[in-house]
Amino acid sequence: MSIAVEFRAVSRHFGPASAPVRAVDAVDLTIAEGAFFAMLGPSGSGKTTCLRLISGFESPTAGEICIFGENVSNTPPHLRNVNTVFQDYALFPHMNVRDNVAYGLMVKGMPRSQRYAKAEEMLALVHLDAYGSRKPAQLSGGQRQRVALARALVNEPRVLLLDEPLGALDLKLREAMQDELKSLQQRLGITFVFVTHDQHEALSMADSLAVFNEGKIAQIGTPAEIYNHPKSRFVADFVGSSNVLPPALTKQLGGPEKWASLRPESLRLDATGPLRGTVTAIRYLGAGHRITLTTHGTDIAAILPAGHPLPETGSTIALGFDATALHIMDQA
Amino acid sequence: MTAILPAKSVADRLTTLFWRKPKLLLILLITPPLLWLGVVYLGSLAALLMQSFYSIDEFSGMVIPEFTLKTYAELLRPQNYDVIFRTLLMSAAVTLGCAILGFPIAYYAARFARGRWKAVFYLGIMLPLWSSYLVKVYAWKLILAKEGIITWAAEATHTSGILNAILSLPGIGGGSLSTSYIGMFLVFVYVWLPYMILPMQASLERVPTSMLEASADLGATRAQTFRTVILPLALPGVIAGSIFTFSLTMGDYIIPQIVGNSANFIGMAVYQLQGTAGNIPLAAAFAVIPILIMLVYLWIAKRMGAFDAL
Repeated sequence: MSIAVEFRAVSRHFGPASAPVRAVDAVDLTIAEGAFFAMLGPSGSGKTTCLRLISGFESPTAGEICIFGENVSNTPPHLRNVNTVFQDYALFPHMNVRDNVAYGLMVKGMPRSQRYAKAEEMLALVHLDAYGSRKPAQLSGGQRQRVALARALVNEPRVLLLDEPLGALDLKLREAMQDELKSLQQRLGITFVFVTHDQHEALSMADSLAVFNEGKIAQIGTPAEIYNHPKSRFVADFVGSSNVLPPALTKQLGGPEKWASLRPESLRLDATGPLRGTVTAIRYLGAGHRITLTTHGTDIAAILPAGHPLPETGSTIALGFDATALHIMDQA
Repeated sequence: MTAILPAKSVADRLTTLFWRKPKLLLILLITPPLLWLGVVYLGSLAALLMQSFYSIDEFSGMVIPEFTLKTYAELLRPQNYDVIFRTLLMSAAVTLGCAILGFPIAYYAARFARGRWKAVFYLGIMLPLWSSYLVKVYAWKLILAKEGIITWAAEATHTSGILNAILSLPGIGGGSLSTSYIGMFLVFVYVWLPYMILPMQASLERVPTSMLEASADLGATRAQTFRTVILPLALPGVIAGSIFTFSLTMGDYIIPQIVGNSANFIGMAVYQLQGTAGNIPLAAAFAVIPILIMLVYLWIAKRMGAFDAL
């Protein structure tokens, strides 16, 4: 399998050279062809800048960006064979849906009847067959999202870039679109690069993801690797809000004197368990309860499935876990 | 049991009333300005329209307040056609000139100027508007005159040939810039330019950057993006600006008097008819023409889809 996108020590700095803001800082990255790749991170972590570096709206301060082996560091956006689904969709308000979708073909000089036929084909793919003559303002958020998708896909890009495409949708629609995007990607076989700050979205959709922090990649791997074996406190905390245990506590629990992570759902009520503390909060989650326990000055969250007897706030309880659930992290 | 709510004052009662009936407050607030708009603004326009359907008694010079189309028949004489046509042509040229000159300035101000440069831009656009209109026009007459700075500069740089070639253009040339249509055009463009730039800048500012990025992302060159995205989205602003420059040029009576070859324009005709000639009905009929032209202009603009992006 060939490499779709490759970053070689890519940096993008903003501001004066004397005191630059390192939005992207010496990032090395390879994205395999046909992958559904997610870039995950909090706002300001550099994930969107990375996406804009691929699309060409930013150019690297240092390093090289290759798309299918071709160095595109100095190629303007309109000459790159990648297309973007924008966060605000950026549909042209003065054109109807059909003209919006056919825009990329229009600027390449394809005759009207031909490009309209292709546009209709794409609209059918995103289940908007009957909407060609409408203006974007007459569509709902989810429909606009699909038009933006069709407008990008009609150009048959080798890489599709999606900038927080589901951020503006409500929960139910977002879940439906997640499934749809995933199946679309599998059917078309196009490489998708997807930026999100939502860890659930990244974990459930991507087959490979990079976690960004302060302009650098904190960890890269499959969702399961990153979820189960976070390399650093940041990754453990950001992906799935794991409990991060300081070295002293890890040692007390029978591990080495290192930072460790412990998933809330791997904890259970156990009178003989090693984690003893005071319950400070109980939150109802629907499928269970999330209880917060304070032990040796560290807050530990545990998720108890529904049906269990609940401890009371203020009471002292003990929690147990399987030895394999305690994950020792290499980095602080 | 004691009362939960404190005793109400008159002001409390009033705010409660307005809270319960929000429309009442709206009506109270909007009525005075609506009266001004309805009675003073549109009312005077209606009075003007009415005057144009009166006629003048040729012997006594008195206005006969009876409905007649005689005045309009008088208006449609060949020599008046010339005046209307000349004014229309000048207004169109000035509008085009303002649009071409104003667009890059408006584009820069909307997309690139930030902070201090934005302030400099607004000041640069507005400053000429703060000084007296008459002073500006007379200053321009001096600049454009045969003894003026332009002729002097042309001589000093040995480019008099170019200036003379421009002045010898048939129809729009003349003895000097200040006595030619070219000179009049320059002065018109100067005085009305801000009215074109400001609405254009406002509409350009509303075009999000992501839309331009989307266009480039889909493979459009800068020229294609300009033609298919920026221009259509800026068009409402251009139309708004052109309404100003077009109608202001059509109604102006001072610039054609001071600069140019003293050929008659609609504004001048109105000025002379209501002043020296005392023919108010014909002056009113003349004044109706720009209104009709503007209505036709807006209708065409709407048909061409100028307001689709609003």
